[in-house]
Amino acid sequence: MAKLLQTLFDGVAVGSLYALIALGYTMVYGILQFINFAHSDIFMTGAWIAFVIAKAAGWAGGDTPIWASLVTLLGSMIFCGLLGFVIERLAYRPLRGAPRLNVLITAIGVSLFLENTGQLEVLFGTQPQRMPTLLSSEPLFRIGGVGLPLVDVVVVLVAVGLMLLLQWLVFSTRLGRAMRAVSFSIPVASLMGVNVDRVVSFTFVVGSALAAAAGFLYAMKYPGLNQPAHSTWILLGLKCFVAAVVGGIGNVRGAMLGGLLIGCVEMFGAAYLSTSLRDVYVFSILILVLLFKPTGLLGKATVEKV
Amino acid sequence: MALLTVKQLDVHYGAIHALKGLSLTVEAGQIVTLIGSNGAGKTTTLKTISSLLRPTSGDILFDGQSIVGRPTHELVRLGIAHAPEGRGIFANLTVDENLEMGAYVRRDKVGIAADRERALTLFPRLRERLTQSAGTLSGGEQQMLAIGRALLARPRLLLLDEPSLGLAPQVVRTIFDIIRDINASGTTILLVEQNAHMALGVAHFGYVLEVGQIVMADRAETLAKSDEVRKAYLGVG
Ligand SMILES: Nc1ncnc2c1ncn2[C@@H]1O[C@H](COP(=O)(O)OP(=O)(O)OP(=O)(O)O)[C@@H](O)[C@H]1O
Ligand SMILES: [Mg+2]
Repeated sequence: MAKLLQTLFDGVAVGSLYALIALGYTMVYGILQFINFAHSDIFMTGAWIAFVIAKAAGWAGGDTPIWASLVTLLGSMIFCGLLGFVIERLAYRPLRGAPRLNVLITAIGVSLFLENTGQLEVLFGTQPQRMPTLLSSEPLFRIGGVGLPLVDVVVVLVAVGLMLLLQWLVFSTRLGRAMRAVSFSIPVASLMGVNVDRVVSFTFVVGSALAAAAGFLYAMKYPGLNQPAHSTWILLGLKCFVAAVVGGIGNVRGAMLGGLLIGCVEMFGAAYLSTSLRDVYVFSILILVLLFKPTGLLGKATVEKV
Repeated sequence: MALLTVKQLDVHYGAIHALKGLSLTVEAGQIVTLIGSNGAGKTTTLKTISSLLRPTSGDILFDGQSIVGRPTHELVRLGIAHAPEGRGIFANLTVDENLEMGAYVRRDKVGIAADRERALTLFPRLRERLTQSAGTLSGGEQQMLAIGRALLARPRLLLLDEPSLGLAPQVVRTIFDIIRDINASGTTILLVEQNAHMALGVAHFGYVLEVGQIVMADRAETLAKSDEVRKAYLGVG
């Protein structure tokens, strides 16, 4: 029973992180129909910026005030939001309307650029680092014999809070309506008076800020930060992309569902079957979903725009 | 005064020369129709006016000022609404959200509510389906939504691209009645149609387009009586 609960908590915590990152993939795909391969690097940058902020401020240890976490989180989100804005502006916007392969190759280029500049000594360097402890990992309270540390509670609350905020933004605001209109048709949206460039910029800013939030939360939960070009970052990004596809790429609610599903499957597989095969479960889910519902769990059957 | 003046417009799609020195004028308060067979360049003309396409040469004046090269979304603010060919409703939005998109550039809540009410009175069918996803509407209902949505922009110039396409004769008559109503309330309309009979019936002035060039221009009644138009577009003779 205790193991079941513990696994469920872990699955939800990791799953909400995946969902936050999956949202960025799915929003960009929904609007521009391209896979932003550099998105996992924004996540990596978010985690490292959080490290830089906490280190520079000298925060560490269990008695760090809670606002220190908030400052770190917001700092990282703002930095990556700006980074996303600049990347879209400089790398992707000039290619609007170019063949998709060109955009894809550019995205891979951006990804390599971020990984390599990240390794510069003035930035994050080539060595792994330990994220200072900002949130206590002492159990906050116990349910069914399982201790729930503050870190896990914060991870889930922040992730869920951000997802609710995004849900509200996309489905209940004028800007969100414009985003959905642009994702259906750029020319028709512009005929309604929508400034499409601005909506696209906004989408990149929001997606990148969410990835940064995920990066901060990830660094809180798993403080051993791998160096910027390490393969764990890419693998994590890939899992989140899988989450977006499983949920139905282009679908905001699908990305949330896909993230939670992938997180839970991975954690339950690791706890009850074999730890070494955890990545296998994730990709098995992908294959299963693609076999039985190629458009993803919440995706609608659409005609592929070639 | 002319609300819209198109001067010597040339438009290319790569090597295809789609519009060849096209000129036309739309007087304020009128319905002007542009008729012509498939591939004549009617849609191209409307797309160029609303800046979805860029002309290779020529000029377009709206209210006396050149609008060539200005982005599409700015033209909406100037007062040009374009209900595109094939309707172009947002299938992933509800009917109501589609109407709200029509009023995207407006901030006057009261005016928007009044225009929404007017659109729903013109098309009662839409009122019953406000919360329904627009993709589930029938073809005719989608056309009504496209026109209703364009009205919510409260345009000074309304560009309509084949509003009768694929509709039952009864619905076509309703749509044309509504076009006349919209015009009577002060909106200038540039109407592209293949249904020359209906179009010339509501319009004040007409242009006949053939492979990218205006071949005839006259008062709509005169065009409807001319032998060439009767033979080529009205299936008479
Ligand atoms: N995207 C495009 N690329 C290449 N050629 C095009 C494109 N769009 C239109 N054309 C060509 O330009 C010409 C004019 O097309 P347009 O769509 O303006 O015709 P239309 O008068 O609206 O016809 P219809 O009544 O069938 O809608 C046609 O010969 C068409 O093949
Ligand atoms: Mg056409």
